[in-house]
Amino acid sequence: MSTPHLLVHEKKDTVGVVVVEGLKAGTDMLCVVTHDNSDFRLTAKMDIPIGHKVALQDIKAGETIWKYGQDIGQAKSDVKQGEHLHVHNAKTKRW
Amino acid sequence: MSIVANFDLVKGTLEDFKGRQIEAPAFKAPMVKRPTGPSLDSFTGWRRENGRVGVRNHVLLLPLDDLSNAACEAVANNVKGTLAIPHAYGRLQFGEDLEIHFRTLIGTGSNPNVAAVVVIGIEDGWTKRVVDGIAKTGKPVVGFGIEGHGDIATIAKASYVAKEFVQWATELQRETCGIEELWVSTKCGESDTTTGLSSCPTVGNMYDKWIPRGVHGVFGETSEITGAEHLCKARAATPEVGERWYKMWKAYQDDVIEAHKTDDLSDSQPTKGNIAGGLTTIEEKALGNLEKIGRDCKYIDILEPAQAPTKGPGLYYMDTSSAAAECVTLMAAGGYVVHTFPTGQGNVIGNPIVPVIKITGNPKTMRTMPEHIDVDVSGILRRDMTIPQAGDALIENIVRTANGRLTAAEALGHREFSMTKLYRSA
Repeated sequence: MSTPHLLVHEKKDTVGVVVVEGLKAGTDMLCVVTHDNSDFRLTAKMDIPIGHKVALQDIKAGETIWKYGQDIGQAKSDVKQGEHLHVHNAKTKRW
Repeated sequence: MSIVANFDLVKGTLEDFKGRQIEAPAFKAPMVKRPTGPSLDSFTGWRRENGRVGVRNHVLLLPLDDLSNAACEAVANNVKGTLAIPHAYGRLQFGEDLEIHFRTLIGTGSNPNVAAVVVIGIEDGWTKRVVDGIAKTGKPVVGFGIEGHGDIATIAKASYVAKEFVQWATELQRETCGIEELWVSTKCGESDTTTGLSSCPTVGNMYDKWIPRGVHGVFGETSEITGAEHLCKARAATPEVGERWYKMWKAYQDDVIEAHKTDDLSDSQPTKGNIAGGLTTIEEKALGNLEKIGRDCKYIDILEPAQAPTKGPGLYYMDTSSAAAECVTLMAAGGYVVHTFPTGQGNVIGNPIVPVIKITGNPKTMRTMPEHIDVDVSGILRRDMTIPQAGDALIENIVRTANGRLTAAEALGHREFSMTKLYRSA
């Protein structure tokens, strides 16, 4: 298998993690779901650092973000598919 | 980035260094023939008087309190092969805070990685309490109080004893032991999204393979379970243990976080390093953290900080801080002899008496600070290494480390020893 750009824990997840350094906007990313080794492709809309998350689908403000098949928080503003998702547009629901 | 406050650096000092490559000549290690062969079912260690097995053979100079650090360090300077472990506390503590202090010192001296101990304290009473606690293991231990004698006479007496201890300990021989005699702890640090994908599941795979074979394990980090507390509770061996775990976690939330917070935990959990590494919320961090206990392991009991397990082989939960040095210090005091430490962004921690094996899956960390990493599992992110393969690589490294190979942290001199302090002293 060729080297993936993005890893996703579970099928249910709405975000994946960039696993290569220097990912550029416009990259046609190979994305692998680690749970079952399935893959798909997605275009990165921004330059995104290694370890940071990419929205796998459009996520509206207030919607739950899923990773590990679990609720990890909610979007603070609308996030488009392929965009960088982090503390600027997402937060915990806890506080 | 450099952080400079209230100090004028000579102009250009930092800029000159920026981007400069440090050239290191390529070093190819000659093949080392390992006397025990490649067996991963056994290791060689020192069997102590109480039957426990250590993988290091330290003669410890243990200060009861901050005031006695200088004397311990002076003895370490006089007598080669000894190890002083200075720390910041030990005066006017009381209640549970004092109990943790004693439990940590006694546990550290009792750890099977320690052959013999010299305790030095400012006065005799509390010094004797630590000596008596360590003496229960049957290992050689002597204490000295400084009051009425002064530093110089105390250092002289302690140096004579330390020299005898070193010469005695260096003649003790390793023996072959089954891996079920290993006690292996875990705690991760400078986590990022790669730890949940690679280095934490690597530790989890090791526990899934080794806990059923009789190894003692332990995990903790109470604040970092927050966000995955429902999943952690469900990993208890029985509902009763799960309820006790949840009560402990809830008490931490109510008595520590709610009582002391100034806004919320969002400036500490996730940490700045976690956020730089891509972690966004405390839930995301906790879910990655919990990967360290694998798929199948269930914890059988809850330990107080620095408490030794008493329910036999299995996985335990210890109620610890998530600060790396404090947590590893408490687990070492609980009797664990090897520590596995997954890191994402590159935590450099070590411990004075326990080898700390660092594991990373982050290729950037492998590129920028490889001298701190013992097990490289970045292949998991490239999909050319599976989690079970990574678990096997960790198991091999643990056995080699137990057999005597120094970890990166040991070779680089990392000896972080941090006492847990619950509240201010009287």
